[in-house]
Amino acid sequence: MARPEDFRADFPILNKGDYIYFDNAATSQRPSVVVDAIRDFYENANANPLRGLYDWSVEATDRYENARKTVADFIGASSTEEIIFTRNTTESLNLVAYSYGLENVSEGDEVVITVMEHHSNILPWQMVCREKKAKLVYLEPDEEGVISEAEYKSKITDKTRIVSIGHVSNVFGITNPVKEIAAYAHEKGATVIVDGAQAAPHIPVNVQDMNVDFYAFSGHKLMAPMGIGVLYGKKALLENMKPFLTGGEMIEYVTREDATYAELPHKFEAGTVNAAGAVGLDAAIKYLQKVGFDFIKEQEDALTKRIMEGMKKLPYIKIYGSSDYKKHSGIVTFTIDGVHPHDISSVLNDDHVCVRAGHHCAQPLMQFIGAGSTARASVYFYNTEEEVDRFLEHLKNVRAYMGYND
Amino acid sequence: MDLKGLYREIVNEHNLRPSHKGDMENPDLVLRGVNPSCGDDITLQLRIVDGVIDDAMFAGSGCAISQASVDMMADQIIGRSKEDAIKLAGTFMGMIKGEIKDDEELEELDEAAALKDISHMPARVKCAVLGWKTMQEMLEHPEKAGEVSTENQ
Repeated sequence: MARPEDFRADFPILNKGDYIYFDNAATSQRPSVVVDAIRDFYENANANPLRGLYDWSVEATDRYENARKTVADFIGASSTEEIIFTRNTTESLNLVAYSYGLENVSEGDEVVITVMEHHSNILPWQMVCREKKAKLVYLEPDEEGVISEAEYKSKITDKTRIVSIGHVSNVFGITNPVKEIAAYAHEKGATVIVDGAQAAPHIPVNVQDMNVDFYAFSGHKLMAPMGIGVLYGKKALLENMKPFLTGGEMIEYVTREDATYAELPHKFEAGTVNAAGAVGLDAAIKYLQKVGFDFIKEQEDALTKRIMEGMKKLPYIKIYGSSDYKKHSGIVTFTIDGVHPHDISSVLNDDHVCVRAGHHCAQPLMQFIGAGSTARASVYFYNTEEEVDRFLEHLKNVRAYMGYND
Repeated sequence: MDLKGLYREIVNEHNLRPSHKGDMENPDLVLRGVNPSCGDDITLQLRIVDGVIDDAMFAGSGCAISQASVDMMADQIIGRSKEDAIKLAGTFMGMIKGEIKDDEELEELDEAAALKDISHMPARVKCAVLGWKTMQEMLEHPEKAGEVSTENQ
């Protein structure tokens, strides 16, 4: 059986000093194979893809388009035309909001999201609803972080045009019933968009099985470089959408007054693309598949269990979300009585522990759970039980450093 | 000073047992200061008598550094003229930005100078300066403070 130690050697940053990196929900670390793939692209195949007629440009195009094929297979898309490279999830969701949302939402319609969304899946829909005088409706989770069937069936109605939900919450770590919600939303005639930023690194994704219309995720959370993201969209929908950005690479023919747009997916990839980023994403996905989702889940569950059990021994710690460690996707969001999360993070940093503090770009959720901000420890498959134990030891000392005598 | 030393020797005392936290009756100036990205949220209240800060209090919530810094600031500005307080805010922010290092100049800040090492902790700079920026803003633009106080009442 695989062990995290088998993979740690692949990550140079994890082998420098005694730092414990528990902020994987913000961004993961990158293995050498990813950095090597980027280097190899620039050293051996660098030219502007998609336009040159010479060997180097053809090679660059091949590598870029091979990455698209890897992504299509990774999420179960039926063709590479349905895979658009963006900078990140935020850009993917904005693309849908501007090119699809503004065209298909009208006055009096409703857009349904959840209160658990990351700001990147809230602000674009606030914009659409403001522009179109539509109503933004929030699904709310129960105390365990679950969006119940009754909740989504009561709020997704004949008025709903768009349902846009996170696959896995970046605060609770809970996996939403995306397939069930999509089926019901389609019954009501709505289009379904899924923010998969926090899901794609942790669980197998199949867009056709879930039958969602759009699916967005970022490369950097699954070990690819920053600045490369993906938008999947059903071909029939993408074909009828206007371009998001206009300029180079996305046209077929331009006159002084008009232009015809390039075929999918290039219609949505204006300007010189991040080919090296896509090549890095290709390498990252292949590495991820080598590690395997079974091992990832097993290791995340073991570490989450250890963290939650350790925290429960400290009466001044409150854990948010499900009481079941298996439903956290490696994310444990918590607070310490009397200590502001920023102070938790600063004190832990002094002990070389990296955890996130703040509102995690999910202020509506923080308001909903009644916390101004929280601290968040998030693990990935390369973290170890030994790291968890050291983290818990340091955590025990936080209140003392803050002047409490427990 | 390292971070834990800073907490232990300076910040914790002001955070856990602030001298100037609460609501002032009939303040002359009230202004809310917020760090939107991290949620530090204070409402600073000043009483001004003949151009001199007669009392300063703050309400709100935030991390230990933001709360301690505003409490220490209140200690330093009570009894000073408005002009003096604005000048002192300039000194404090210069220190936090690492632009003023001269000990003699920093002496003016008294205990607040203990936050000097925040200049090495970029993530915490905005926590430390929140109170000072709010105070400077309300003294330089009292019309804003007026508006905020009406809204709050």
